[in-house]
Amino acid sequence: MKEGLSTMAPPLLQVRGLKKAFGAIQALSGVDLDIYRGEVHVLLGENGAGKSTLLKVLSGVHVPDEGKVTLDGRPLPAGNPGDSGRAGIVTIHQEFNLILDLSVAENVFLGREPRRFGLLDHARMHREAKVLLERVGLGLDPARPVRGLGVAQAQLVEIARALGILDATGGGVLTLDEPTAALAEHEITLLHDLIRQWRTQGLALIYISHRMPELRAIGDRVTVLRDGASVATGPMRGFEDDELIRAMVGREVHHLYPSRPPASEDPLLEVEELQAPNFGPVSLAVARGEILGVAGLMGAGRTRLLRLLYGASRASGGRVRVADKVLSGTRTPAEAVEAGIGLVPEDRKHQGLALGLSISDNLVMAILERFTHAGFVDGKAIVRASTGLVERLRIRSRHVSQPAGSLSGGNQQKVVLGRWLARDGQVILLDEPTRGVDVGARAEIYQQIADLAAQGKAMVMVSSDLPELLGMADRILVMREGRVAGILAGDQLTQENVMRMATGHGGRG
Amino acid sequence: MTGAMPTKIEAAGLRPWIRQSMPLVALLLLMGLFSLLSARFLSFENLGNIAVQSSHIGLIAVGMTFVIATGGIDLSVGSVLALSICAAGLTMAPAESGGAGQGVLAGWGAGLLTGALAGGVNGLLISRLKLSPFIATLGMMSVARGVANVLTDGMPVEDIPEGALALGTGDLAGMPWAVLLWVAAALLGGLVLGWTRLGRYACALGSNEEALRLSGVRPGPWKGSLYVLSGLLSAAAGLVFLGRVSNAQPSAGVGFELDAIAAVVIGGASLMGGRGSMAGTVVGVALMGVLRNGLVLLDVSAFWQQLVIGVVVVLAVLLDRWRTN
Repeated sequence: MKEGLSTMAPPLLQVRGLKKAFGAIQALSGVDLDIYRGEVHVLLGENGAGKSTLLKVLSGVHVPDEGKVTLDGRPLPAGNPGDSGRAGIVTIHQEFNLILDLSVAENVFLGREPRRFGLLDHARMHREAKVLLERVGLGLDPARPVRGLGVAQAQLVEIARALGILDATGGGVLTLDEPTAALAEHEITLLHDLIRQWRTQGLALIYISHRMPELRAIGDRVTVLRDGASVATGPMRGFEDDELIRAMVGREVHHLYPSRPPASEDPLLEVEELQAPNFGPVSLAVARGEILGVAGLMGAGRTRLLRLLYGASRASGGRVRVADKVLSGTRTPAEAVEAGIGLVPEDRKHQGLALGLSISDNLVMAILERFTHAGFVDGKAIVRASTGLVERLRIRSRHVSQPAGSLSGGNQQKVVLGRWLARDGQVILLDEPTRGVDVGARAEIYQQIADLAAQGKAMVMVSSDLPELLGMADRILVMREGRVAGILAGDQLTQENVMRMATGHGGRG
Repeated sequence: MTGAMPTKIEAAGLRPWIRQSMPLVALLLLMGLFSLLSARFLSFENLGNIAVQSSHIGLIAVGMTFVIATGGIDLSVGSVLALSICAAGLTMAPAESGGAGQGVLAGWGAGLLTGALAGGVNGLLISRLKLSPFIATLGMMSVARGVANVLTDGMPVEDIPEGALALGTGDLAGMPWAVLLWVAAALLGGLVLGWTRLGRYACALGSNEEALRLSGVRPGPWKGSLYVLSGLLSAAAGLVFLGRVSNAQPSAGVGFELDAIAAVVIGGASLMGGRGSMAGTVVGVALMGVLRNGLVLLDVSAFWQQLVIGVVVVLAVLLDRWRTN
């Protein structure tokens, strides 16, 4: 029925032959796109395929070199974000654009605050913000500051802001760039319910995500971008997953999750009664060559588990042992690293990488002392070692002296992983290792993780992406409210079992 | 992060190279302008004067480059310089002038130790008590000045022994000691910034301290020691200054922090941290020195000098931003 509608009405947003170059780099080389009212249009493409540039052209940040964009039959003003917003195109980016110390209402109305006699009309702002917040299912006090909100709530505040703008312009196109990257399963379900509502109200949505099951659940039609051009478009259910991946990558990706030799029985990492306020006690053991998955809802304590055991946060009790070495109760990351543990943190930009420093500076960050002779750092040796790692990890870069911040998300993640390869860490803790990473790079990261396990390292992998955990882990530890809800292995490893344990509904799987 | 690292230069290509040499180009252009406007400017003697007069700011700026690379700031350098001078003066001046009469070497030692201690307090406040560098060093700026005044009762310490004046006015085979000391500190500083863990961690601290910590490096001791370095270099600058003015004034060094910060920033460092170049800092110090000297030669009033220098600092940073984007 929906397709029937879309074939009858002209598209709300029409893009034809869009081209844009930055210097020698052709970021967009011919994009066609039709977005209809009342549809969720999935935009697929690897990092670097041109999605961000396309979005930036649509939201008025970049002026296209060629091609035309019309909204509701009228050409879209180019090169002015304000105009595009007023014309009815609003984008919600992956990184939040909220001002933490302003109130929720002030954020919702940022840049278009209601005024009376030249002064801010707080009463009206709060009243209208409340209505918008209710539309996204948030019962927040509009006067409270944004600081302290959870990721999911912050996201919904942004969406409330977007809805406010779209209301003011009389409807338009709302773009969600990886809206679920930081959300737990039940929050995703909630968001999708909301999206379905807005869809029936005639809103047009562009939806970007790398998670195929999610796209299946919410997408009506899809356009695939590769190398800056649209290479496939049509109803979502007209494509198999494989076809979409092939269109995106331009080649076959056979096995997303690599096969591995069975894990040993020989425990390498042992954690006993790890505790902190509102956390634990958690005990676990990971054998050489094993990948232990950690699942749970947002706030279940998965990240905390890694940080406590790594000494990034202070634990109030418990023992951590790597092989024969017992770590102190007041351990710091320095001690954990010394014992052979490495952490790939969940937030690459703020915890993982020094973005302004070079790839090589980041790769050798944990082993700089090994390149120091008589007090001086051997730059040539660093370049040699880093170049080797870059090749081994297939990090796509011109040179190891390039700033880490200039790499794509997937390649940045490989640099963080490479740091522990460089150090030859024995236990590697991975916190959402593929968040915001496209399919091609994902497969490579999975391969690296599998290789490390095959070398006899113990891996602990936290992920909100269940298919990924099920595909990679030997066992899955499920956390709920700071405690271990259970450990699944073998035949018990199913999505249903994990969800049942994570939410606490029903018995053990 | 460091102009001198081989890893940088290999792949830096043309543009970063141009970027890094822009302060130098500006310096040369300015020198060309002044030599056209004033016949006295380009004399060997005048250039020597500029070098000597810039040397104490030059020494402070070496330490400041490290601190700024970490994303920090040291506002206490001018006051620490004054306190170190007073400690040195009181140690070396004869008893009849209120000193301890312990000789020049002991005086220098006391001065340097005082600077290092003050820097150490800054370092502890920042790395252990997690005070922001601005606040910690703002406090030290006042405390060090206060202690200097208390020790000397607000009066300059006179009768500084002859030997201590060598640092300010003496020379080695025609090269003034002050300039030699500055050059040595800058060379050594460049080496440390580019080729030691201390220097590389300084930039890593400024770029992303949490990433460094999660890589297993304890950030505290490294960060703290950079403030010690800054205090030590402020004291060294003080000893040079003492040699030139020949009495130890508790009121010395007011506003030096601004000159040093300006020089570092003109040299291409970012106040956000993660980036700093010792060669750039030296050029920045020289540029400020040339500007002051040239304006004096052209009989520009001190009030106008202040105005021009302020404009130049802001322009330099704007230009740098424009180059970066």
